This record gives sequence, structure tokens and C-alpha cells, in this order.
Amino acid sequence: MNDGFDWDAVRESLPLLLEGFKVTLLATVLGTLVAAVLGLAVAVAGRAPSRLVTVPVRAVTEFVRSTPLLVQLVGAAALFNTVEPLYIGIAVLGIHYAAYTSEVYRAGIDGVPKGQWEACRALSLSPRRTWQAVILPQAVRNVLPALGNYAISMFKETPFLAVITVQEMVFEARKYGADHFAYTEVFTLAGLIFLVASYPTSLLMRKLEKRLGH
Amino acid sequence: MSDFFSLLAEEFPQVRSGLWVTLQATVLGALMAGVLAFALGLMAGSRLLLARGVSRVVVEFFRGTSLYIQLFWLYYAMPLLTGYELDPVVCGVVAFGLNYGAYGAEVVRGAINSVPRAQYEAAIALNLSPARRLWKVILPQAWVQMIPSFTNLLIQLLKCTPLLWLISAADLMTVVQTLRDRTGETLTAYLTLLAAYFVLAYALTMLMNLLERSAKRRLGLDTGAKSLFKSRSASTATVGGTR
Repeated sequence: MNDGFDWDAVRESLPLLLEGFKVTLLATVLGTLVAAVLGLAVAVAGRAPSRLVTVPVRAVTEFVRSTPLLVQLVGAAALFNTVEPLYIGIAVLGIHYAAYTSEVYRAGIDGVPKGQWEACRALSLSPRRTWQAVILPQAVRNVLPALGNYAISMFKETPFLAVITVQEMVFEARKYGADHFAYTEVFTLAGLIFLVASYPTSLLMRKLEKRLGH
Repeated sequence: MSDFFSLLAEEFPQVRSGLWVTLQATVLGALMAGVLAFALGLMAGSRLLLARGVSRVVVEFFRGTSLYIQLFWLYYAMPLLTGYELDPVVCGVVAFGLNYGAYGAEVVRGAINSVPRAQYEAAIALNLSPARRLWKVILPQAWVQMIPSFTNLLIQLLKCTPLLWLISAADLMTVVQTLRDRTGETLTAYLTLLAAYFVLAYALTMLMNLLERSAKRRLGLDTGAKSLFKSRSASTATVGGTR
């Protein structure tokens, strides 16, 4: 047992943690990308004219959103045990958060005034043009801050990936902590890195929210 | 019947105790988060700069440093630093309470701010004391605003309880995973586990809807019985910045 705070351990583990941090960032960026694209697809599918489409889409989103990410991750990793864990992590993070972002998009789409839809019909735009040129540009602009906030929450949930042996920051922290029995130093450091990275980003999002007039 | 379900029936007492640990962590964590949320949220609206400052720093600290790290810090780092060891479930309750308390504080702050200014002025004009003003006028109205966001936070807290598995508390996930290991039926085991969490989440949502209905009744807003079955709304998830 070591007493107090061992600064040598901090110096030694910092490069390892930062190396892991790159993987953390990669997973966050790619996971956000999956969530942003898939969420949009789900939101548009949720407005399909047939209930045969909308009801199952709603049910699946509700299920994904109400069940723990950790169970989804561990389950997926056990089922697809030949796939690289990082890919599974990105896919599961993306799908889990798509369930949230789809609701955000849905609210954004609902926020587009009805007159816009009517104008599209009056101009006899095809459904594709209606979505692409009129509805989505307005809807997406409204939901950008909310999407950013979900990206930040996803960032803070990337430590879950360590459980399926993705070598991100917390994985490195646990490894170093176990090897050198220096948990205090590495977890404090990892927590501070999260704080330093997420706090300015959330301030930025708040600014964006204000500028877009929320 | 598949091996997994017959084993599940056989080991039912163990499953029940796992479920109990999960529920305990959820309910106690939520209670601690609730107390902290009100304390920090009310401090954020205080006239004292010191109270506002403390609340801001605590909220940003616990929101900014991932829950996962906080839990690990309590479980692995704290015993090394202080020589004081907490039971895994207690670690979970404290970490969930601190983390979701910080998120909840933003909800409380936002809801109190959303009560129309005129309500404060009317309460002052009626010469109500600050405590009565808060308790009788502001909070009943703010409370109705808070419930949907609290529901979201509560479900998120429930969804974090499988973390207990990592610090070797025998929660629902741990128990079902041992059953999986014994039968090798991966898909059935994890789908059952997901379904169990889904049912828990839906039950908690309905309880919160019940709470919302009674809170609305106190303000003279009656909602039909149908409102009890509605699912969580996502639009409220963005209230108070990051969820």
C-alpha cells in the first residue's frame, strides 16, 4: 500500500493514458457519426405513411433506449466474438445513441412549420426533394446543440468499452493501476482528462444553443 | 424449454437476490441523487455568491468526470488513499447519487427558473416568508416541470446499475451472466437480461407518471388515466444542458 499521491506514477502513466485517449476520441467521433446518420434514418422512417413501418421502428427504439448500454455491449461482444472489439464498441455506441438522436430529430422535424410542407406540395416537389431541400436543413439546424450534448454524453460513456477489451483510456488506466498498484493516481488523472475535455465542449454547446436562439 | 430457462427457474432465489441488489442500488442511488439535486439546485439560486459558486463547481465536477471513473475511484482508489473500504453496493449508491445528483441539480435549477416571475412577486406582495414562498408557491409549480426530466435520469441511473458487476456486487447482470456461462446460451441469456431491464424501466416510468399526475392534480390540472402509460419523452432529456 502506498501512502498519499505518487507523482512518479502520474508522470509514468500519463503518456499511456493519452495514447488510450486517442482511441477514446476515435470511438466517440465514429460513434457520434453512426448515431447522427442512423438516428436521422430512424426519425424519417418513423414518419413513414404505413403503420407497418412506424410501429416496429418505435418499439425497437424504445427497447434500445430503455436497456443498459453495458448489457448491449457485452452481449454483442459475446455474440460476435470474431469481430474486432473496437468496431463492436463503435456500432453499439452508435446504435444506442441513435435511439436518442432519432427522438431529437423527430422533435426537430415536428418543429418545422406546417406551411413548409404545404408549400412543398404546392410546388409539387417529390418527397425526396421535400426532405432534402426543405425539411431537413431546417430540422437539423434546430437540433445541432442537442446532438452535440449527446456526443458529450457518449464521450463520457466510452469507458464502457474497456469492458469488452477496447484499449481506450480507462482500459490503460486499469492496466497500469493493476500492474503498479497505483489506482489512485491513474483514476484521478483519467477523471481530470475527462473533465478537461468535456467541460469546454459543453460550454461551447451552451454558446451554440444561445446563438441558435433556444 | 431451453436449458437457460430451466436453469433460471432452478436458480430463482439467486436471480431474485440479484434483482434485489439492482433495485436497491437504483432506489437508494435515486434517493441520494434527489436530495443532492435539491440541495445543489436551490444553492444555485441563492443570493450568496459562495453558495452559487460551490454548487456550480460540484455540479460541473461530477457531470464532467465520467460516472465510470467516479465508481472506480470510490472502489479502487479510495481504500488506497484513506484505508477506508466501502461495500460495493454502497460504492454504487454513492457514485450514482453524486453523478445523477449533479445532473438533477440542473433540472431543479431550470425548473425553478421557469416559474413565472409574477408568482414570486405575488408571494412577496402577500407577505409570505421566504420558506413559505418556496414551499407553497414556487416548488409545487417547479416540481411538475421537474418530473419528466427526473424520469429520464432515473431510467439512466437504472441503466448504469450493471456497472456493479464490474466491482463484484452480485447484481442482476452478474447472476444472469453466471447462468449464461453454465448453459452457453449467449443470445437467450442477454435477450432475457435486456428484457428484464426493459420491464424495470417501464415500471419505473409508470410510477413516475403516477407521481406527475398527482403533482399536476395539486395544481388543478387533471390528466386522464391514459397519461400513466405514456413512455418517456426525449425532448425533456435536453432540459438543463447535457443529459
